[in-house]
Amino acid sequence: MTSLHPTNAQRSEGAAAAPLAIELVGINKHFGPVHANRDIHLAIKRGTVHGIVGENGAGKSTLMSILYGFYTADSGEIRVNGTPATIADSRHALALGIGMVHQHFMLVDNFSVLENVVLGAEDSAFLAPTLSKARTQLKALARDYGLEVDPDAIIENLSVGQQQRVEILKALYRGAETLILDEPTGVLTPDEADHLFRILGKLREEGKTIILITHKLREIMAITDEVSVMRQGAMVRTLTTKETSPGELAELMVGRRVLLRVEKGPANPGKVLLDVQDLVVTDDFKVPRVKGVSFQVRAGEIVGIAGVAGNGQSELLESIAGMRDQLLGTIRLNGEVLSLEGDDGAARARAAGLAHVPEDRLRMGLVTTFSEWENSILGYQHTYGSGPGLDIAKARATAEDYIKKFDIRPPNLDLKTANFSGGNQQKIVLAREMERNPDVLIVGQPTRGVDIGAIEFIHNQIIKMRDAGKAILLVSVELDEIRSLADRILVIFDGHIVGEADPATADETELGLLMTGSHASSGKETN
Amino acid sequence: MESYLVDITLILDSTVRLAVPLILACLAGLYSERAGIVDIGLEGKLLAGAFAAAAMSAVTGSAWLGLLAGIGAALMFSGIHGLASINFKGNQTISGVALNFLAAGLTTFLGQSWFKRGGYTPQLSGDQRFNPITLPFANELREVPIFGQIYWELISGHNIITYFAFIAVPVTAWVLFRTRFGLRLRAVGENPKAIDTAGISVTLLRYQALIITAVLVGIGGAYLSIAQSAGFNNNMSAGRGYIALAALIFAKWRPGPALLVCLMFGFLDAVQFRIQGQVFPIIGEVPVQAIQALPYVLTVILLAGFIGRAVAPKASGIPYTKER
Repeated sequence: MTSLHPTNAQRSEGAAAAPLAIELVGINKHFGPVHANRDIHLAIKRGTVHGIVGENGAGKSTLMSILYGFYTADSGEIRVNGTPATIADSRHALALGIGMVHQHFMLVDNFSVLENVVLGAEDSAFLAPTLSKARTQLKALARDYGLEVDPDAIIENLSVGQQQRVEILKALYRGAETLILDEPTGVLTPDEADHLFRILGKLREEGKTIILITHKLREIMAITDEVSVMRQGAMVRTLTTKETSPGELAELMVGRRVLLRVEKGPANPGKVLLDVQDLVVTDDFKVPRVKGVSFQVRAGEIVGIAGVAGNGQSELLESIAGMRDQLLGTIRLNGEVLSLEGDDGAARARAAGLAHVPEDRLRMGLVTTFSEWENSILGYQHTYGSGPGLDIAKARATAEDYIKKFDIRPPNLDLKTANFSGGNQQKIVLAREMERNPDVLIVGQPTRGVDIGAIEFIHNQIIKMRDAGKAILLVSVELDEIRSLADRILVIFDGHIVGEADPATADETELGLLMTGSHASSGKETN
Repeated sequence: MESYLVDITLILDSTVRLAVPLILACLAGLYSERAGIVDIGLEGKLLAGAFAAAAMSAVTGSAWLGLLAGIGAALMFSGIHGLASINFKGNQTISGVALNFLAAGLTTFLGQSWFKRGGYTPQLSGDQRFNPITLPFANELREVPIFGQIYWELISGHNIITYFAFIAVPVTAWVLFRTRFGLRLRAVGENPKAIDTAGISVTLLRYQALIITAVLVGIGGAYLSIAQSAGFNNNMSAGRGYIALAALIFAKWRPGPALLVCLMFGFLDAVQFRIQGQVFPIIGEVPVQAIQALPYVLTVILLAGFIGRAVAPKASGIPYTKER
């Protein structure tokens, strides 16, 4: 067990100077045979932003759930402001000044902001006095922290960023002094994330303590004062952010050296494999989302589509994959026009040699209640056995093979896919699509919600496909991912390709401007 | 002219009478569904309530004890439904349907073994029933044209449960939208996690909703057997619990519209009684069965396409499982 707990670091600065907001001593938590938290020691100083990083399943969320009273620890002690505390449920946590902003918001969608804020913290049986008091308080909080939201707006009409602000307001309204944020930027656009960090900065200035759970090392480096790394249920180390580096953190998280930059040779583009001309695609409400897009992807190159989420990249991807009818335009695969209309468009695209790793693996890539081997053949099931029968032995052999090649863990082909981690689920999808040896691979958000270790693996697989002479179209909202993988970057904004860039020389500010439409009027440009 | 007014007043009067059990059952369903529990068992509770009320009233001679028994029976059924759908996280539709069967079988069986009248309870009279109440000045104003008549026929002269049902509508609206309990009730039906993370018990809240549901639908059942009629007979709820659920969907789970929709169904029912046996031009006499089917046909048509999108409370029908 690790003995490197943070009291050492803290002593050197002097305990009196930095009183502790939260102290966890020897926390243990089991779920059946799983030891989710192993003897955790953690000290969080008041008025700081404290990051907690670790891979999925490292025990971060369990630990925070214990602190927020969602679970009780098997053993160990929680001290709040130096006093030992028993936190039996969320109400206790709130009373002790601990608030939590969950990854999936705990808001009632058809309630107003005001109603959501007071829910569970009403002063009396009648609502009116509470509501008017809350209205005044929200105004003050908006002024003090830049948390502007219209108190009468209905939640479902708000952007994700605004909804998150409501969650923060909820916690502050309840008098939270310590705020836990669980993966707060996962759902935010870069702009919204910046806004969030400004808010967190202000909260810190006002003496609030913030615990930030994330797997984005960049955010840790940008905003935290200290960072604790967890791995396999144990606290590995607590470091001062200024004295560490993303490389060191990644290594501590994974337990081995991790290459944060993708190593790849120069591209060797061959003939055009995917040729998209004047494509126009509408969404489910018949609103055009892709408004006349043309581009080509050659054998042996990765073309990345960069853009802020919601600018048409999803519809573009789904259209090429045959899941969404195109309104206008042509798609050529290997010179042949692909006709993808109708419900079996996706099957015809596959048959023509196009493989698709969808953006949302849970909604489009997997049937999570099916076992691993069943998911390994989805979309290709007709090639297993003849007639109505399914050649189960062959399918299982294939799944077995994929598990080995892609290091899918646990290596259990009968396990329901819902029970795999995000990274392993993604590997199941990737293995299925890549191992069919397609000419063209289109990939959406290949590493969304995937651990650092698995990210490295997935990136390497994509590069391998490229080097094998395949054409790869990559869509990602992670600009870093596009920059490190793609050989050419196309920027999409409002359904138009507004620019093309060379990842080696592209300037981040320039790309950012393109992505937010600041250069939209200039049309196609190269730099 | 005069006779038309009388006709209309009479139809409206029976509209009110026929709408009362619907209103009570509909409000009952509203509390339960707003809390996230689908209650297809309203029908069974209505029936059980009607039977218990009539049986108790016949035995004790007190309508009020009958009413209490009706509520008690509905509470028992709600308790089973709660246990199945809240604690054991079972399928709420199945639990509700099972309760409907149970009610239909149990009322007939108990009725037969207790009273030996082929499932009927003894005829009730006097204090065994809730009798019409004459409102102040009704008699004095009776002779005043139009207003007096409407006051006498339509407003005055109903039993206490009728007045209760009409008062329960604004009270429900107020509870739902102006009180802490209402806020939490609506929240638990939309997103129980939001309630759980706010440190409030989802289970307790849902049971509270089920209790209110049972009280209302129990009163509705008692109305059927000891206010509207003078005794219980087999399957006397006759699908009103289902109609109330349909009305709830029409009304999009809001109390005010629920009242209007229930009155509309009551009106259709009243008209149906009036036009039975009437000869129409061209089509001649319409068979009784066709007229009786009218309210149900309309339900199907309206539900199929005339009410627009009715969005149910999001967590409706989904048992709450606490996860990380």
